[in-house]
Amino acid sequence: MSAARTRSLQAGTLRRNLALAALFLLALLCAACSHDRDAGAPSAIKLGERMSAGPWSEISRGRYLVRAGDCEACHTAPNGTPFAGDRAIPTPFGTIYSSNITPDPETGIGRWTDEDFYRAMHEGIDREGSHLYPAFPYPWYTRLSRDDVLSIKAYLDTLTPVRQIHRRNALPWPLDQRALMAMWNGMYFDDGTYQPDPKRSAQWNRGAYLVKGLGHCSACHGDKNLAGATDMDDPPTGGYAENAYAPSLAGGARDGLGSWTTQDIVQYLGTGRNSRTSAAGPMAEVVEQSTQYLSKPDLEAIAVYLKSLPAPKDTSVAKVDKNTLDRGAALYVDNCAGCHLKQGQGEIGAFPPLRQSSAVQAASADTLIGVILDGARIPRTAAEPTGLAMQGFADHLSDAQIADLTTYIRNAWGNHAGAVDADDVEDLRETLRESP
Amino acid sequence: MARRMPPVDVVLVGFGWTASIIAQELTDAGVQVLALERGAWRDTVPDFATDHIQDELRYAVRKQIFESPERESLTFRNNASQTALPMRHLGSFLPAAGVGGAGVHWNGQCWRFLPQDFLIRTHTEQRYGKGFIPADMNLQDWGVTYEELEPHYDRFEYLCGVSGQAGNVGGQLVAGGNPFEGARQRGYPLPPLERSASTVLFDKAARDVGFKPFPCPAANASRPYRNPLGVQMGQCTYCGYCEWFGCGNYSKASPQTTILPVLLKKDNFHFRTHCNVTRVNTDSSGKRATGVTYVDVEGNQIEQPAQMVVLCAFAQHNVHLLLLSKIGQPYDPVSNTGVVGRNYAYQITSSVDVFQKERLNPFMGAGALGQAIDEFNGDNFDHGPHGFVGGGYIALWNTGGRPILQHYLPQNAPKWGAGWKKAMHENYLTACSIATHGSVMSYRNSYLDLDPTWRDVYGNPLLRLTFDFQPNELKMSGFLTDKAAQIGRAIPGASIHEKKRQGPYSIVPYQTTHNTGGAVMGDDPKTSVVNRYLQSWDVPNLWVMGASVFPQNAGYNPTGTVGALTYWSAEAMKRYLKNPGPLVTA
Repeated sequence: MSAARTRSLQAGTLRRNLALAALFLLALLCAACSHDRDAGAPSAIKLGERMSAGPWSEISRGRYLVRAGDCEACHTAPNGTPFAGDRAIPTPFGTIYSSNITPDPETGIGRWTDEDFYRAMHEGIDREGSHLYPAFPYPWYTRLSRDDVLSIKAYLDTLTPVRQIHRRNALPWPLDQRALMAMWNGMYFDDGTYQPDPKRSAQWNRGAYLVKGLGHCSACHGDKNLAGATDMDDPPTGGYAENAYAPSLAGGARDGLGSWTTQDIVQYLGTGRNSRTSAAGPMAEVVEQSTQYLSKPDLEAIAVYLKSLPAPKDTSVAKVDKNTLDRGAALYVDNCAGCHLKQGQGEIGAFPPLRQSSAVQAASADTLIGVILDGARIPRTAAEPTGLAMQGFADHLSDAQIADLTTYIRNAWGNHAGAVDADDVEDLRETLRESP
Repeated sequence: MARRMPPVDVVLVGFGWTASIIAQELTDAGVQVLALERGAWRDTVPDFATDHIQDELRYAVRKQIFESPERESLTFRNNASQTALPMRHLGSFLPAAGVGGAGVHWNGQCWRFLPQDFLIRTHTEQRYGKGFIPADMNLQDWGVTYEELEPHYDRFEYLCGVSGQAGNVGGQLVAGGNPFEGARQRGYPLPPLERSASTVLFDKAARDVGFKPFPCPAANASRPYRNPLGVQMGQCTYCGYCEWFGCGNYSKASPQTTILPVLLKKDNFHFRTHCNVTRVNTDSSGKRATGVTYVDVEGNQIEQPAQMVVLCAFAQHNVHLLLLSKIGQPYDPVSNTGVVGRNYAYQITSSVDVFQKERLNPFMGAGALGQAIDEFNGDNFDHGPHGFVGGGYIALWNTGGRPILQHYLPQNAPKWGAGWKKAMHENYLTACSIATHGSVMSYRNSYLDLDPTWRDVYGNPLLRLTFDFQPNELKMSGFLTDKAAQIGRAIPGASIHEKKRQGPYSIVPYQTTHNTGGAVMGDDPKTSVVNRYLQSWDVPNLWVMGASVFPQNAGYNPTGTVGALTYWSAEAMKRYLKNPGPLVTA
């Protein structure tokens, strides 16, 4: 899979490049609407607060938070020094290069004060006062408590400074004008620290804080509008991310987490797999670099929060043509049944089941198609080091064959999801080929 | 002048099974380990992926993942009166090149040797008298006992996820298992593989004759398995492409599917590929190894200093390196003195092809899917009336039904053309073959030395192999073949074709790939290269792994014993690291 990741602006794919024009138009029409600013009231919830006190507690807490936020992934170029930035982040609007967050005074954040850093995390404005692009997920990070943000800074300050000049983003006019982001913020961004819901348990609130804050889950799992913005009040019912489709985290039994137990969620985030599925695509990297390091209580809190999300109305899916299913079934036996077994039951612990899989039945089949084209590897985690891999079939199967196969898998053994046609596969094949 | 690399604590020559185990154990003990592999990096995906690995022509016929004889070979002769010539094609054994070594392309037959195998001289003399052993047979005890190795066999079996049926747990015989095996502390980690039609046929016939058949121990996972290192294996799909192929399903145990996911994450482990080690370097005293010299892919000579050197290459390569490095006294068959190259041994096989009416679907197979009897292995029977030492198992293996090399045709079938096709059509689904797999003892005239004439690409003398089957082995193999035929005849409606093994030994055809000896272990430095812990008698910071340390060959496939010995030696290495020096005083 593509190594590059998009955190916030990853709507659609190139198929949505109309968004560029729309963003500009909307921005002009709607200029800066004002929003009430929250005074940055300290939250009752702190990540990693269970760590023992002591001279290292703030730094080690910061390290935990940095992992929880998956900061290293975006701020590290392939084979580059961790946190030195320069990673190309593809967005539907152009390529953004991540910044250097090592404490180098010239090119990193060495001269940043705590206040500078807090403003960047909370408002999306850098030390020089320029607006950051929401590829940096400040719309989520704004919910962090001030203490947590300062712990993150305390940890980053301990890194070895690396000189790495921030590369110019490859964005077309007018998007290269950072001031435009003031308008975007006016339209789509509400700053404000997470406010616990007193009607919910402390565990639920911690989960919500993690999911909606540092974890920025809806950056991938949420729907994006044409300007690449996510409505923070919407539940994460699935969204496009890095040429894949991040399935719904809401309560749908077919394509969401409705039938998962909290233990399933904890195991998935902690190890990269469970008896229902295994992480693939960009999520594999998230598990490897971020969620496997979360404490069990935090994973349980996330699970409790996600399980509280209501199921959206299950939209009707058209019935699939029998000939397509017959062709797909034959392709399945020849190419897939060896590992995933004839009834799609998989081998628990080794190869993920495809039967009753929410990822397989997601609203978009892009993730499934991408795995068939390019293969996938289960995350290598401390608990599950193996990283069992599947080869890609891009060289073996035509677009039409992959479409039939995908449609079959999405409608076999009780699965039910929309059909895929050869054009969908062709588009994704092209996108993946061009992707860094 | 060789370029010098920064020193490491331990350098491993080769990166197959033994190196992976040693690396895992010693890095756990905190030392810095480097493995040097002459072949390429390999992993299940993409190298063995199921979309291309089931290609018999590429892998089995053209030997894609083996050593290429055009770069590296050995010379061969049957006896000292002949002139040895270099082999341009290796058939009789198949050294690998590449990470995982021969552990990538083995079948997964994972046996324990019998308790008497380790004490063969003592045991044979006690039971049959000294005169029973032919004068030129170098029969030797191993210096280690089955009981000492038992926990290490256990570790290897649980590492690999061996599927099988125990026959003797803690001294209690278990129905359905091998009643002759040594006592084991617990059963196999996984139940036996699903039975194929042909193994069911064999099982019934063997029982009818009065034998006690059991499922062969298979390092092909019968269920999804997570080993003690946390590495996950997938369930075997019986695709029938194990031997000579890498497993695309994470089902056959190999370093890749059992150890490497954990080992490669460690900061104190490194490996380099395309590094061909040509010398073990010693200091001026010759008593201490200082590291190794290797040739990289560009032909550069590079010196790798190390505190400790472990030879983990294929059996003959370990011996070749010792000879090239002038470590230990080379064996001289004329005076019967010296040790390096002494006691080369092999194995002896034969078969009985069975043609019957029942459909067997042979293409559904697995590398170690077989049913065996052990009545005639080791000293499980009275050798007195038969006048030979050794024995072997009789098994029906259903490793697969590959079209080119895995089919059985009646003796009178045409070798080509329409008649051949007709015979294939009539027999492919219904024929099977019973194999015998027998021990080969070590002899004064079977050995390895440096060839006086032929040299490799680096200008080093090739290794020379002098070997032939001896009367003892041919007699033993004939005895086993008769027993196999007895079982074949008990299959209803069967006609059989007995394929007895005849001398002289030919190195060209594939028969079994189990070389042993040349750097054998033992209690006496006059007859062994390494002590009972596999530590060199001459150079105590040099260790030799693998089947080159077997003093003679037993009736079983060797990998299980290689694995157990490696764990046994790793434990000794950990003691050595705390207090370096010879672990045994001669």
